[in-house]
Amino acid sequence: MGKSIDAKELNIYYSSFLAVEGVTMKIQPKTVTALIGPSGCGKSTFLRSINRMHENIPGARVEGRLELDGQDLYGPGVDPVGVRRQIGMVFQRPNPFPTMSIYDNVIAGMRLNNRKAGKTSFDDTVERSLRGANLWEEVKDRLEKPGSGLSGGQQQRLCIARAIAVQPDVLLMDEPCSALDPISTLAIEDLINELKNEYTIVIVTHNMQQAARVSDFTGFFNIEGTGKPGKLVEMDETKTIFSQPRQKATEDYVSGRFG
Amino acid sequence: MTTTEVKPEPKAAKPVEQLGDRIFAGSAKGAGILILVVLAGVAAFLLAESLPAITDSGSELPEGLTAYIAPLVFGTVVSAVIALVIATPLAVAVALFISHYAPRRLAQTLSYIVDLLAAVPSIVYGLWGIGVLAPATVGFLEWLNTYLGWIPLFAGPPSVTGRTMLVVGVVLAVMIMPIITAVAREVFLQAPKLHEEAALALGATRWEMIRLAVLPFGRSGIISGAMLGLGRALGETMAVAIVLSGTGVVTFNLISSENPLTIAGNIALQFPEASGLTVNILIASGLVLFVITLLVNMLARYIVERRRDFSGAN
Ligand SMILES: Nc1ncnc2c1ncn2[C@@H]1O[C@H](COP(=O)(O)OP(=O)(O)OP(=O)(O)O)[C@@H](O)[C@H]1O
Ligand SMILES: [Mg+2]
Repeated sequence: MGKSIDAKELNIYYSSFLAVEGVTMKIQPKTVTALIGPSGCGKSTFLRSINRMHENIPGARVEGRLELDGQDLYGPGVDPVGVRRQIGMVFQRPNPFPTMSIYDNVIAGMRLNNRKAGKTSFDDTVERSLRGANLWEEVKDRLEKPGSGLSGGQQQRLCIARAIAVQPDVLLMDEPCSALDPISTLAIEDLINELKNEYTIVIVTHNMQQAARVSDFTGFFNIEGTGKPGKLVEMDETKTIFSQPRQKATEDYVSGRFG
Repeated sequence: MTTTEVKPEPKAAKPVEQLGDRIFAGSAKGAGILILVVLAGVAAFLLAESLPAITDSGSELPEGLTAYIAPLVFGTVVSAVIALVIATPLAVAVALFISHYAPRRLAQTLSYIVDLLAAVPSIVYGLWGIGVLAPATVGFLEWLNTYLGWIPLFAGPPSVTGRTMLVVGVVLAVMIMPIITAVAREVFLQAPKLHEEAALALGATRWEMIRLAVLPFGRSGIISGAMLGLGRALGETMAVAIVLSGTGVVTFNLISSENPLTIAGNIALQFPEASGLTVNILIASGLVLFVITLLVNMLARYIVERRRDFSGAN
């Protein structure tokens, strides 16, 4: 668990529109990497290309090389379904399956991977994952209730529990706190700090303080103008990015003097 | 304590309503009431007109009203169930293909054809049933009887004309499939992207994603579609009347020429020549059909309601 990600000259397209150009990025195992940058610069697009969710959009495609611990994720014969089983994802809006109980939500991924696992192993997974997502104490008495009956913050932690239940190597998070209140946000940031002991985490955020609080490394994306592709401007240790970035654009952005 | 005049609560407690809102609320309420009134009127008419048949002591039907209607009820239910059992899975499959598998152009064409089929009058299906399907199935019915004859459904002897319960069921299935498909397709298309992506991100294949995110969401739609189709199958007159020549028996044997008719088919066949008490008897059978339809709809409601907590509507 906790593998490295290595992107080399990644170009990401929506049909003929080049949305992200030439991203080369190394992500260390068991670290938290924050991706920041103005709206529309391709953070989500890049994130979704890591677990091959991007190609579900008609016409979308990726050029270049992306490796998970040296394994080429876009190589011939690589099944995107298998990639997604190794790389979990948490979305901006909490999306537990509304027709399922809390319990069933947590083991939804496990059911796909291994439908013959026994009841006790499901029970164990549910407790382990919900504890891992700091949700266990709040829901242990109502595991059979629908997941959509929880608060937004609880739903988001349920989604994290669902993602870590299958013990992925990497966890991708696209603005996981943007729909949450400050307390739930803090709960999830604490959680990220714990999760990085086991997982490699990549998180997109618009919140500079959040990036500074949770991440070890930060990548700054920028876009020159509408219709132009987004690019990775620089990537470094978070404290470097926030104190003495090499690029002027980065400094302007993190200090709030952006365009 | 001195009694002071109780001041009426200020009217402002009630939200101010716009004229448009009031008109809309009024007309919606009016339409709702109108439907109830029409329904009650139909029920009252059916009841009043069937009373003479219910109270009659055997002048027209020596063996009694129940013995007359029972085979019809049986035929109605059996033909509709066959139709539903055949049509629903096919319709769901076609709807899923249109909504989640087919490339856009093909999906549009298919959608269009399905909508077109839903508008074909039932007499056309009836004619197709007797002119094409019935003769074409004769050999198949014999085959069924030879190899699966030990199942009571195919006990035979197989009809030589093909005008059997099975064929009626298939005709009805073809007739109701487009409507079920159309309803299911609309619901499947609205399955939230959010949940589809949640499933895919967990490493679900497309079919697993459909099972996790689309089918549960579409459940109520499938049921509504199936009920619409069932309603059409239960009440179908022409397609049944053309294909079947009922002999008033109760049998699960689907491939012989000894068949019960359906209530609606029987009314269509008998009504033109009916007079006096016979009319009341037919209307009494109509009352039974009315009740069956109500029961079916209530059952569907119940099924949809039962898992409301989990429907995602909250
Ligand atoms: N489904 C799509 N089809 C076509 N173009 C898209 C699609 N999704 C995003 N784009 C385009 O790709 C570019 C990058 O979008 P993306 O969503 O990755 O930005 P982002 O950095 O995540 O922005 P935000 O911070 O607002 O979430 C934008 O120009 C956007 O218009
Ligand atoms: Mg985004």
